[in-house]
Amino acid sequence: MKALIALEDGTIFEGQSFTGRGEAIGEMVFNTSMSGYQEILTDPSYTGQIVTMTYPLIGNYGVNSEDMESAAVHPRAFLVREYNATPSNFRSEQTLAQFLKHYGVLGVEGFDTRALVRHIRTVGALKAIVSTEDLNKESLVARAKAWVGLVGQDMVQKVTCDQPYGWADNRPVPGTRFSTVQAGMSNPLKVVALDCGIKFNQLRIMTEKGCQVQVLPATTDADTILAMEPDGVFLSNGPGDPAGIPGVVEMVRALLGKTPIFGICLGHQILGLAYGGSTYKVKFGHRGGNQPVKDLATGHVEITSQNHGFAVDSDSLDKEVIEVTHINLNDGSLEGMRHRICPAFSVQYHPEHAPGPHDSLYLFDRFVAMMRSEKA
Amino acid sequence: MPKRTDIHKILIIGSGPIIISQACEFDYSGAQAVKALKEEGYEVVLINSNPATIMTDPELADRTYIEPITLEMVTKVIEKERPDALLPTLGGQTALNVAIKLAESGILDKYKVEMLAAKVDVIRKAEGREEFRAAMQAIGLKVPESAIVHTLEDAMVAGDAIGFPVIVRPSFTLGGTGGGVAYNRQELEALSSSGLDLSMTTEIMVERSLLGWKEFELEVMRDCKDNVVIICSIENMDAMGVHTGDSITVAPAQTLTDREYQEMRDAAIAIIREIGVETGGSNVQFAVNPQDGELMIIEMNPRVSRSSALASKATGFPIAKIAAKLAVGFTLDEIKNDITRETYASFEPTIDYCVVKIPRFTFEKFPEAEDVLSTAMKSVGETMAIGRTFKEAFQKAMRSLETGRAGFGADGKERLDHLELFELETGLRVPSSKRVSYLHEALMRGMTVERIYEMSQIDPWFLRNLEQIVALEQEIRLQDLPGMNREFLKQCKQYGFSDTQLAFLTGTSGNEVRALRKQLGVVPIYKLVDTCAAEFESYTPYYYSTYEQENEASRSDRKKVMILGGGPNRIGQGIEFDYCCVHAAFALAEIGVESIMVNSNPETVSTDYDTSDKLYFEPLTLEDVMNIIDLERPDGVIVQFGGQTPLNLAVALAEAGVPIIGTTPDSIDRAEDRKRFQQFLQKLNLRQPNNDTVYTLDEALSVAGQIGYPVVVRPSYVLGGRDMRIVYSEQGIREFMAKPGMADNKHPVLIDKFLEDAIEVDVDAICDGKKTIIGGIMEHIEEAGIHSGDSSCVLPPHTLSPQLIEEIKQATRAMAEELGVIGLMNVQYAVKDEDLYILEVNPRASRTVPFVSKATGVPLAKLATKVMMGMTLDQLGLTTEVSIKHWAVKEAVFPFDRFKNVDTLLGPEMKSTGEVMGIDDNLGLALAKAQLAAGVTLPVSGTVFLSVRDGDKEGILEAARQLVEMKFTLLATKGTASYLAQHGVPCDQVNKISEGRPHILDKLQDKQVAWVVNTSLGRRTTEDSYRIRRAALELRIPYTTTSSGAVSVVLAMQALRKSSLGVQPIQYFI
Repeated sequence: MKALIALEDGTIFEGQSFTGRGEAIGEMVFNTSMSGYQEILTDPSYTGQIVTMTYPLIGNYGVNSEDMESAAVHPRAFLVREYNATPSNFRSEQTLAQFLKHYGVLGVEGFDTRALVRHIRTVGALKAIVSTEDLNKESLVARAKAWVGLVGQDMVQKVTCDQPYGWADNRPVPGTRFSTVQAGMSNPLKVVALDCGIKFNQLRIMTEKGCQVQVLPATTDADTILAMEPDGVFLSNGPGDPAGIPGVVEMVRALLGKTPIFGICLGHQILGLAYGGSTYKVKFGHRGGNQPVKDLATGHVEITSQNHGFAVDSDSLDKEVIEVTHINLNDGSLEGMRHRICPAFSVQYHPEHAPGPHDSLYLFDRFVAMMRSEKA
Repeated sequence: MPKRTDIHKILIIGSGPIIISQACEFDYSGAQAVKALKEEGYEVVLINSNPATIMTDPELADRTYIEPITLEMVTKVIEKERPDALLPTLGGQTALNVAIKLAESGILDKYKVEMLAAKVDVIRKAEGREEFRAAMQAIGLKVPESAIVHTLEDAMVAGDAIGFPVIVRPSFTLGGTGGGVAYNRQELEALSSSGLDLSMTTEIMVERSLLGWKEFELEVMRDCKDNVVIICSIENMDAMGVHTGDSITVAPAQTLTDREYQEMRDAAIAIIREIGVETGGSNVQFAVNPQDGELMIIEMNPRVSRSSALASKATGFPIAKIAAKLAVGFTLDEIKNDITRETYASFEPTIDYCVVKIPRFTFEKFPEAEDVLSTAMKSVGETMAIGRTFKEAFQKAMRSLETGRAGFGADGKERLDHLELFELETGLRVPSSKRVSYLHEALMRGMTVERIYEMSQIDPWFLRNLEQIVALEQEIRLQDLPGMNREFLKQCKQYGFSDTQLAFLTGTSGNEVRALRKQLGVVPIYKLVDTCAAEFESYTPYYYSTYEQENEASRSDRKKVMILGGGPNRIGQGIEFDYCCVHAAFALAEIGVESIMVNSNPETVSTDYDTSDKLYFEPLTLEDVMNIIDLERPDGVIVQFGGQTPLNLAVALAEAGVPIIGTTPDSIDRAEDRKRFQQFLQKLNLRQPNNDTVYTLDEALSVAGQIGYPVVVRPSYVLGGRDMRIVYSEQGIREFMAKPGMADNKHPVLIDKFLEDAIEVDVDAICDGKKTIIGGIMEHIEEAGIHSGDSSCVLPPHTLSPQLIEEIKQATRAMAEELGVIGLMNVQYAVKDEDLYILEVNPRASRTVPFVSKATGVPLAKLATKVMMGMTLDQLGLTTEVSIKHWAVKEAVFPFDRFKNVDTLLGPEMKSTGEVMGIDDNLGLALAKAQLAAGVTLPVSGTVFLSVRDGDKEGILEAARQLVEMKFTLLATKGTASYLAQHGVPCDQVNKISEGRPHILDKLQDKQVAWVVNTSLGRRTTEDSYRIRRAALELRIPYTTTSSGAVSVVLAMQALRKSSLGVQPIQYFI
């Protein structure tokens, strides 16, 4: 079925839907990972976006129930060069098309995805619309333009959990105040994970490292959190503009110095704002599994998994208080920071990978060590 | 960390001659390394015995030793040069093995030479089967159950314990030499005994067979600060059991989820750390159980490999260059990515296309060999293709193979529709060079993917894609070409169908398809290979074609010349032609002309993105080349450097109005067309052996009778002597003409008088249309009748009279000028009884151009390029012929040990894969070096076995006498023994095999013989002499199969007794 992809600047591509009829409006972004489409699709940070994969052959290994990073598919549409309808992998349970259809997400193939990527690289992320319903180019472009976009919007409210839950046996278990206990865990560290759009692998890893995790909605206030007497607070990744969630920033500022904090991606940006810094929209973002990040303390380079369209402005930070710990080797942008006085640190990238390299898992160990030393 | 300043001079070891499993890729890696280290200000010393390489160009390294890569010779280079460090990881297994020997013998300690990149214990840990297995277990990785054994008895015990089938892998051998799959005890016994013999450490591993598991490879790099990155993942289409060099492979991996891929990545990183490769690239091979994803480690190469060359070309990341920089202390985050300029080498390339590599086999050269693929590599080359989908890349790779195929089937060739079902199934089950055709046939018959998978173990993902190609093929068959619409035609092109296939399927011609395509606007666009999937802007113009929307290639306004490369390596067409193409690009750069390279061989220097101004990684078919020409509109196209591949396109390109520069296609035709060539020679009053052209058996018999036996018969337009035979009787003519396609009235067969015992002479010359300069005259050691590519030769001629040499020069000049050669020309002469005969004239680059250039210091290919660009030899300062005072000897290297049941006799059909050069002030020593470099260690004492045909007896008499003088004992079969005795040469007699035991084979097996001289008439080999030669090969006893070869070996032996071998850099000689 014919589908049109229209960008706000008037650029049009024509493809074919592989999921039937549909229409989606969102911010057009691209991801350069060659594997891991299922994890990308289930990453809540893509809320409000249309994702184009640079790797042309997608669907090859199907979809399985183990590689879910949340309970739903988040991008509004998924664009690929060639969809493979007959997966081959021992874990495959269904095809990508079945999966997308189940979640009502439009999948489009059969157009020059590289041309689209080069366009976005040149002009920046654009508002876009993908449709099998409206095939009028002018109308599509006008509607893409008219869309409100992501800047300044609170997208977190769309993905944060309604009810608190814990993590046990590799799945979410409803419950609050650390009522969920993973069997076999002794003397666990109690971690409150603030769900701004959390990925399951963050919970899996913290649990593996001996943390009892309590996931709370992003709207929870600081007093409620502190009343649970956690050993640390984890700030997850999430979609959209950190400037759109001033309440969360305020809440985090109130936690500073009172408990160890570890932030990832949006969590890192929230910390940046809480420290008094500012954030900005990156031209076309970093989305992929091959971004080199240098640890300034050791000089070591780790290959990281990334997915962000906003970033903390390094110049806006008071370096007396905030230390830059990691930078992106490609563009020199800020990738990690820590508070010199309060026990708080964060990274812009995804140490929980899924998808992507496992090079940065040590950050979870660092968080565990920080909590243990604060506890002692 | 910046580069090290405590080392100044670095020795790089090359990989020697091209052999199966060690080809151009190590010239590519070595040349990159030399350049990279020079760029950093190090003094670079190089040793490599292969003159056809770019790395041995005299201007590249500071001192270049074209000497045998043996412990003794490398030691001499070290004694003379006193380098601070040795870089052993860029010259394949050859360099690594000699580096281990240097360390073990204490040479490195003695001369305080540091081993860079990988210390000797690291190499041992990676290459020694037992050490490796222990290391893997130490880091919690699984390896297939196995036993390391040093005796045959233990091998049998291990086989029983592990359970059949088992895989035998000898330690420290190359390309799986000597390895294989044993399905029963008998096969295990055979494989084990040969494997133990071949292993440097008399060690083999008997391993659980993982037949049917999926196979993957990762290319990994590490720097001295322990930063590790993965450059590329590769998935093999052929399942475990086929050597990865013989497998069709795809990059990146297609059927792994991220979780499984990252598990593999973690393993690769853990392995490079555990093994302890300090810096540089390594290659790790994995097997994955398709049922449950269980991961096993197969092996690791602690060095740059063939796969790294493929990975470099597939991603644009120059592994060898970066490896060289890491070896001297740089870290990945200090080295800029050439392609993006902005970013660093410390990242993992991501690609937005699919890469398919298909190996090139030459079983047709060895009809006695079984076309079955196993764990020992048999392919002689490979081709790579890039497309946006697997289907497109696969079809492009199929038509890049130079096997006459236009894609995946649909071209009317290699039809298998006559096969019975069981035959088809066998073809699917047993991996062979032809399996792709069986897959096509099975899909055409509607066999299900599940069934094909069951038999072939090829992952269903690949089969589904092939099924889609076949489904579209069937749809195309129903279409009418003129009525084909744009959308459908575009889909066909996106599925990789060539115009030739579309023409075949619609009963039209390639030109008609092309015309319709252009009319409908279905033309390819070109996309960049940029390491980053377009995330960053890129600056290196490295392109591939596809049928999409946005074209990224743009034509510059510079003057530009396109160079057509040689495609995949095969016997008869190898690195020599790539060398010439690379020199053409260098020459164009020197005169400020833009060079555009087109080639499909990932192993080569020509497909390095910084060799030419623009690189199109494309098949060398008329369609693909014309598409690029349509875009680039070059001022000239060079077809005479890339061997037969581009030459075959010359006429069609000229007809299409493409400006072919240099010698005109008409002149080429005048030299190649028999009748025109005869008239040409008559005009110049030059002689050629009596000959004629025939189409039928009757004509052949009558012509052969008139000319007189023996005669040489061959189809016209051949490469590497394909199907050429020397025929001694009517019976031979009947057999030859009975071969398919010979007497079909369409393709002419050439019959020439065969000049017995003539000396063959090769001449390379350069001509600017008016003036001709002789580049080199080479006298063959083997007599005429043996393919020139297989003969060893001496430059300058060692037995020809000055008058004859002058006659050769005059004839060469006369022919060059009459033909109007602009560029290079090669002439093959035969000298019989002081008479000069012209055998062949080729107005193009020959296989010997690099050898002559290395021997004389005259860069013929570069000069020829400039001549083709309109400069005169006078302008280029080439006014006199160089005469050299030293001797250069070329020796050929053969793949006989790779193929069971193949005779080692030489003949008119070329069989060698590579060549070496021996260079010295003394002829005998140059001969000895050539032998040594070719892997033959000449004996200094012991027993020499002689068994020669009657015609050769006189020829070897003097050599036999000299052997006795040198205190060798002679052993001969009856005829030879009595001849020697009659002439007063003492000699022991031994039984022929047919004469009863103990016979000569017993002596060989007892290793009582140090050298075998056994000559026999071409096709009329007796079973006896074949078994002798084969035994010598398998027992690794030096052997010679021509009397002239034997005489030269004796000359070398005599020289070796007088003085030992010394080493001199090529810069000393020229």
